[in-house]
Amino acid sequence: MDTHLLSIITFLPAVAAVILAVFLRGDDAAAHRNAKWLALITTTATFVISLFVMFEFDPQDTGFQFVTEAEWLLGLKYRLGVDGISILFVMLTTFMMPLVIAASWNVDKRVKEYMIAFLLLETLMLGVFMALDLILFYLFFEAGLIPMFLIIGIWGGANRIYASFKFFLYTFLGSVLMLIAMVAMFADAGTTCIGGCDVSLLNHQFGTESFSILGIQIVGGMQTLMFLAFFASFAVKMPMWPVHTWLPDAHVQAPTAGSVVLAAILLKMGGYGFLRFSLPMFPVGSDIMAPLVLWMSAIAIVYTSLVALVQQDMKKLIAYSSVAHMGFVTMGIFAANQQGIDGAIFQMISHGFISGALFLAVGVIYDRMHTREIDAYGGLVNRMPVYAMIFMLFTMANVGLPGTSGFVGEFLTLIAVFQVNTWVAAVATTGVILSAAYALWLYRRVVMGELIKESLKGIKDMTAREKWIMAPLIVMTLLLGVYPALVLDMIGPSVSALVDNYASAVDAAATAMQTAQAAN
Amino acid sequence: MIAADLNVILPEILLAAFALAGLMAAVYTTKDKIGGMLVWATAAVFVALAAWIGMTGEGTRVAFNGMFVEDGFARFAKVTILLSAAAVLIMSENYMKIRGLLRFEYPMLVALSAVGMMMMVSAGDLMALYMGLELQSLALYVVASLRRDSVRSTEAGLKYFVLGALSSGILLYGASLVYGYAGTTLFSGIITTAQSGETSLGLLFGIVFLISGLAFKVSAVPFHMWTPDVYEGSPTPVTAFFATAPKVAAMALFARVLHDAFGNAVGDWSQIVALLSVLSMFLGAIAAIGQTNIKRLMAFSSIAHMGYALMGLAAGTAFGVQAMLVYMAIYVTMNVGTFAFILMMEKDGMPVTDISSLNMYAKQNPGRALAMLVLLFSLAGVPPMLGFFGKLYVLRAAYDAGLAWLAIAGVIASVIGAYYYLRIVFYMYFGEEQTEQLDNSGSGVLPVFLTASALIMVLGIINMFGVEGAALSAAGSLVN
Repeated sequence: MDTHLLSIITFLPAVAAVILAVFLRGDDAAAHRNAKWLALITTTATFVISLFVMFEFDPQDTGFQFVTEAEWLLGLKYRLGVDGISILFVMLTTFMMPLVIAASWNVDKRVKEYMIAFLLLETLMLGVFMALDLILFYLFFEAGLIPMFLIIGIWGGANRIYASFKFFLYTFLGSVLMLIAMVAMFADAGTTCIGGCDVSLLNHQFGTESFSILGIQIVGGMQTLMFLAFFASFAVKMPMWPVHTWLPDAHVQAPTAGSVVLAAILLKMGGYGFLRFSLPMFPVGSDIMAPLVLWMSAIAIVYTSLVALVQQDMKKLIAYSSVAHMGFVTMGIFAANQQGIDGAIFQMISHGFISGALFLAVGVIYDRMHTREIDAYGGLVNRMPVYAMIFMLFTMANVGLPGTSGFVGEFLTLIAVFQVNTWVAAVATTGVILSAAYALWLYRRVVMGELIKESLKGIKDMTAREKWIMAPLIVMTLLLGVYPALVLDMIGPSVSALVDNYASAVDAAATAMQTAQAAN
Repeated sequence: MIAADLNVILPEILLAAFALAGLMAAVYTTKDKIGGMLVWATAAVFVALAAWIGMTGEGTRVAFNGMFVEDGFARFAKVTILLSAAAVLIMSENYMKIRGLLRFEYPMLVALSAVGMMMMVSAGDLMALYMGLELQSLALYVVASLRRDSVRSTEAGLKYFVLGALSSGILLYGASLVYGYAGTTLFSGIITTAQSGETSLGLLFGIVFLISGLAFKVSAVPFHMWTPDVYEGSPTPVTAFFATAPKVAAMALFARVLHDAFGNAVGDWSQIVALLSVLSMFLGAIAAIGQTNIKRLMAFSSIAHMGYALMGLAAGTAFGVQAMLVYMAIYVTMNVGTFAFILMMEKDGMPVTDISSLNMYAKQNPGRALAMLVLLFSLAGVPPMLGFFGKLYVLRAAYDAGLAWLAIAGVIASVIGAYYYLRIVFYMYFGEEQTEQLDNSGSGVLPVFLTASALIMVLGIINMFGVEGAALSAAGSLVN
């Protein structure tokens, strides 16, 4: 069935952006209002259309669905499609974007350009999750840097220039190595089709013969090299320790909506990339590098949690906590069993809601006080009871309290990694305690206690708009917390197929190696 | 026979005749007053010739016993050269007129250099090569110092001339060595002598000298020293011209010599070209970081871009040539747009080239800033702009030819290079409010070229307007 539904979803926001750019004139209140409404309506419409896709989606079919295809340059194909792994990321994106736009209602600086940037960003993010052509994926993956660079640089905080350049160059450097690997894959497999074609990369066996470069023996051969090249890109995007340092800077300097998009969606591209490329296409390379990645994740969880403890800036604290939570994701992915990958995807979706909500919560008080210093607050509960409630909920979800969605992901990934590497699991579990420490401490310092600061005496509670933005996030966090099957049923069959293929490929390589050794 | 030969080079003859007729007409009538008209006429002739060559040409035709080759490759290069030269001429008309630089010699010299370029890309013989190259270069030396009363402009012209003469000397020396060891100046004769693995030492020296001379013309490192000074000193429209048509011609000539004359000795020259490529990419990327003058910055940018184009040549395959041609076509389009923007940069009627003067340009003129933004990201090779596909082509060509290290070096250089393009974006979009702003002038053709170029960069990713297929057949006619 060739349907253009996915193309419509992907390019609808871009069309709206073009309309804004071409037809909207003037810089007055009316023009601002029109820009905001058009953006909100478009993103909502995109969400509604994507709901159709989700309801029509058949989780039992592990192949790609809603595939749309056209010829393109250079022997490449324009191909979009979703499977059990990508569908929820698409949904997460379309779900978050209206909230992000609504959260930007107070922007008054270059509103038109702001909305254009976010609409284009949505198109590019959706493209990443749907692309079924290697270069098309890269195109969307990299192009997302441009609007984000502008969002941080134009609407960001005081140190925005440094942050935007760091963000761009860091992630660009990570990605170009992936581009080389893609060129190599194209040359090796003769196709750029990711999956669902007659000849596709998912079916292609990349070489595992060891060889040496400059005297260094490369175990796992081509697969290991490919893995490393993709790893360079996804680890930066994710971000994993020790290449996470761009994230706190970018988060702190980005406007609220930018932070939300960054935390809720852009970070997920790294995890999605691991699941789409690294594990299924280079199973042997992944298997060789998995212990390293597991330990990097464990270090990330503990180290960034400790760093989060000493932060003075709320956004920076949440940014470090994001890095720690992404550590659980990479850990789950490279445990490479059903629970691990289920948990990783679940954690990514849930983190999208929770961290998005936390950044929105910081935005709420930042809009009022124009500071993110933790010390500038205290005792907010006295003036802002509703805010205190909501912030409490998401703090608990961030800690991973059972009943919230944060728990399920962490729990699943920990179980998974326990089966693979007990020590990593043990180290990572301390991260759960640390996350409770920094999150609750943050909450205490900001919300609890007496309201003694003069500047806070006049602070007002959340407006109706702010509550309405939070409402869907609250619902999702609790719903997924008590009924995780909503997500797990969607992704289950695809994940299980992925895990099976991975295991058989690794086994086959191990057998081949034994045979070779026996022959010698 | 002679009639058939003349028929093959009819476009060149017509263009040369037009240039001479234009000169005569201007001298005997009103001199500089018809300069503007001549610019338009020349551009029209360029476009007409490009259309003629592009539409009617078919197959491979050889004239003068192989000294002149008219094939798909030459046609592709000629169309690119003529169209970009026409675009630059049209862009320069207003700028030159306002500043009293619009002498009637200017369009005629450009036309003569175009004849030279067309000769270059069709050269089938070392003599024809040298003749075309010199015709092109001599015209360009004069054009560089068009602003006679400016020290910088005359300095640029002189520098270009001295270094250009030196490189011509090197090239001639290489040509004579090749002649000495191959016994012929015809490419078709040389190729039978120059076999891979059994090339005599003298012939090898000849190849090296030839490549050095050609590298000077494409301003590849380490033969790039003239580029920043000449770019900076010349009047901006002339700089725009330098950055476009002559680069295509020189690059096409490079490919022609390497494949037509030394196509059987790929292993011997591939490494040299790869080295030129990697040096150009890195020097272009690193040296541009410190530049504050946008013309100098574009000079280093073009050095880096030549590095990428050379990457395609270094592959030594038909796909590599195709990649190079696609890259050059994209490069020229981007540069036309970028220079249209630079030509519009003026304050109180005076040209400004300092990039800090672009502070908050996006606020003052959002449309042009957006177009420039697209071009800058395209120059940096960030997807989804067309510039990325140019890079992708050459990377693939290099990788397929076993030059993975070159491809890796190329992408790393492109990250370094991204920094200075981003700096211009930074000034235009992130800067502080400032009181002094650039003039909002430059209505007329310049914004049209800027917008068109930016649109091509975005819309071109759909199907590249068929350039891909044309480049494929062009490369096929050069490399068998």
